Amino acid sequence: MSATTSTDAVSHTPGEALATARTSGRRRLFDTAFRSLLIASVGLALLTLFALLIDTFLTGQPRLNTDLVNNMPSSRPARAGIQSAIFGSLWCVGLSGLVSLPIGVGTAIYLEEYAPRGKWYVRLIELNIQNLAGVPSIVFGILGLAFIARSPLKWGFTVGSGAMVLTILVLPIVIISSREALRAVPPSLRDGSLALGATQWQTIWHQMLPSAVPGIATGSILAVSRALGESAPLLLLGALTFVTFNPTGLDSGYTVLPLLIFKYASDAKAEFHTVAAAAIIVLLVMLLILNTTAIIVRNRFQRRAR
Amino acid sequence: MTPSNDAPASFDAALSDLRPSASLKRRRNVERVIKAVLGAMATLSVGVTIAIAFALVRPAVEFFGEVSPKEFLTGTTWAPLFKPAQFGVLPLVTGTFLVMAIAVVVAVPCGLAAAFFLSEYASPRLRAVLKPVLEILAGIPTVVFGFFALYFVNPEITQRFWPFGDVGTFSALSAGLVVGIMILPMMVSLAEDAMSAVPDSLREGALALAATKREMCTKVIFPAALSGIVAATVLAFSRAIGETTIVLLAAGSNPQLTGNPGQGVQTMASFIGFAGIGDQPTGSTGYKTIFAVGALLFVLTFVLNIVSARIVRRFRQEYE
Repeated sequence: MSATTSTDAVSHTPGEALATARTSGRRRLFDTAFRSLLIASVGLALLTLFALLIDTFLTGQPRLNTDLVNNMPSSRPARAGIQSAIFGSLWCVGLSGLVSLPIGVGTAIYLEEYAPRGKWYVRLIELNIQNLAGVPSIVFGILGLAFIARSPLKWGFTVGSGAMVLTILVLPIVIISSREALRAVPPSLRDGSLALGATQWQTIWHQMLPSAVPGIATGSILAVSRALGESAPLLLLGALTFVTFNPTGLDSGYTVLPLLIFKYASDAKAEFHTVAAAAIIVLLVMLLILNTTAIIVRNRFQRRAR
Repeated sequence: MTPSNDAPASFDAALSDLRPSASLKRRRNVERVIKAVLGAMATLSVGVTIAIAFALVRPAVEFFGEVSPKEFLTGTTWAPLFKPAQFGVLPLVTGTFLVMAIAVVVAVPCGLAAAFFLSEYASPRLRAVLKPVLEILAGIPTVVFGFFALYFVNPEITQRFWPFGDVGTFSALSAGLVVGIMILPMMVSLAEDAMSAVPDSLREGALALAATKREMCTKVIFPAALSGIVAATVLAFSRAIGETTIVLLAAGSNPQLTGNPGQGVQTMASFIGFAGIGDQPTGSTGYKTIFAVGALLFVLTFVLNIVSARIVRRFRQEYE
């Protein structure tokens, strides 16, 4: 035994020594190669992320000033700003958050607390939500174009129809994460409340929901950041236009940050690409703020619950 | 005597206590209303799917009234918005499959490898760093990825290092590579979930039989987690097919029947986005093509999603 392992003086236990002895040089080489391959794959993801962030920052940095946020979009690159797009995004995303949160949480409560298990219509709803989460976002744009912007709703290319499409788009995310949050509440809490004579809704409202808040909040903020970055469906809803005014209401024309970035990025003039990169930095900062809020909310509530 | 008289009286009293009081009745009604409202919210999502189906079907049927399905499925030129219009969908299909294939070739092996690393090799501390970084990557908006593909990956990487022929300003290659990076975090997270569901006893058994760590990964963990991995792969296909913005920016909008990844292509999804920008008048054939192609795309991704869900449910190994 010691003869075969004499080259590796590091084996400590008989088991390790045996394993070392059995591991021929070729197998060990394969293992090292495999391990390097895995590390390289993780490295690729990290490298791409860093390349993306650094490249965008270097490209956009010359235009990263207050003019960018104060100016309206323009066909003259030196003056082009993004203000109307920021306000358009805030309107659309804010509205979709306000609408999708109650509907999403309501659906989650129904499915977790009320729906009879195993009934065909409950399974249909569940399967349907799962499937909606996987539908390409551009298809929601088609839905919006056909039903919301044109007949029968005839809402046109407005803040309202944009917000409505985003609502439909993020609803599955809110539902799925709220269900997970509700499922994570210990059943003893529900049982105890019901045993003390509380009705089902009192139990949900006073016991289940408060303990599920961190999970629901995290999921909803994730959904909102998805809505903030979404571009494809709004291509079909007229958000890709030069809008030089901030939205004033639901019926106002609009553009959103991702689509203004798209417009600047696909312009022939290279100066616009700098503006696009600067706008991307603004968008990423907005997303960063949202996600940090999610983490803070989750941590604060978790501490209180303990 | 008195006890026998008393007993029914107190029994009555007890019974009347059990009978619902007015306030309890009201509360029960409130409960019923709440349940109905929540149920209505839940059915709303089914309504959305039905609405999608309706939105797609009617114009798509009208489209096929104007363009024969034979021309649609076998024609080799896609120029629906020009005059004379031509409606051969093949260039869009080949474009979609080209971009999808490149994306999947990046996302599936890399995602699998990264999942192995996170689940089997990385220390808990390293995991705690790497997972959030992948989440950041997953949260990058697609328009940002598109910008990156067009102005960084294409000029700095693919145009310089692609060994098989020239790469144009717009290329399926750059678009596909970046779509692959975009779906990578999803692939990693789903594959890792599948791997961490494999019980430790299998790992310990393999190591006890003197398997190396690589052999444990490829010969024990991989087969045990296969259903989850296959489901994740199918979802990766579905995501790659449906991606719009990255492809529209980085692969351009020229529908070409080509297998050369160095050229620009149009995919089904990017055509829909492209046609939408043009604001087609309602009822025109150009407007209806959006729906015909959309229906094709919806059916394709719908089937893939169902297949993925089925695989997970059918082949899931229940360990303890």
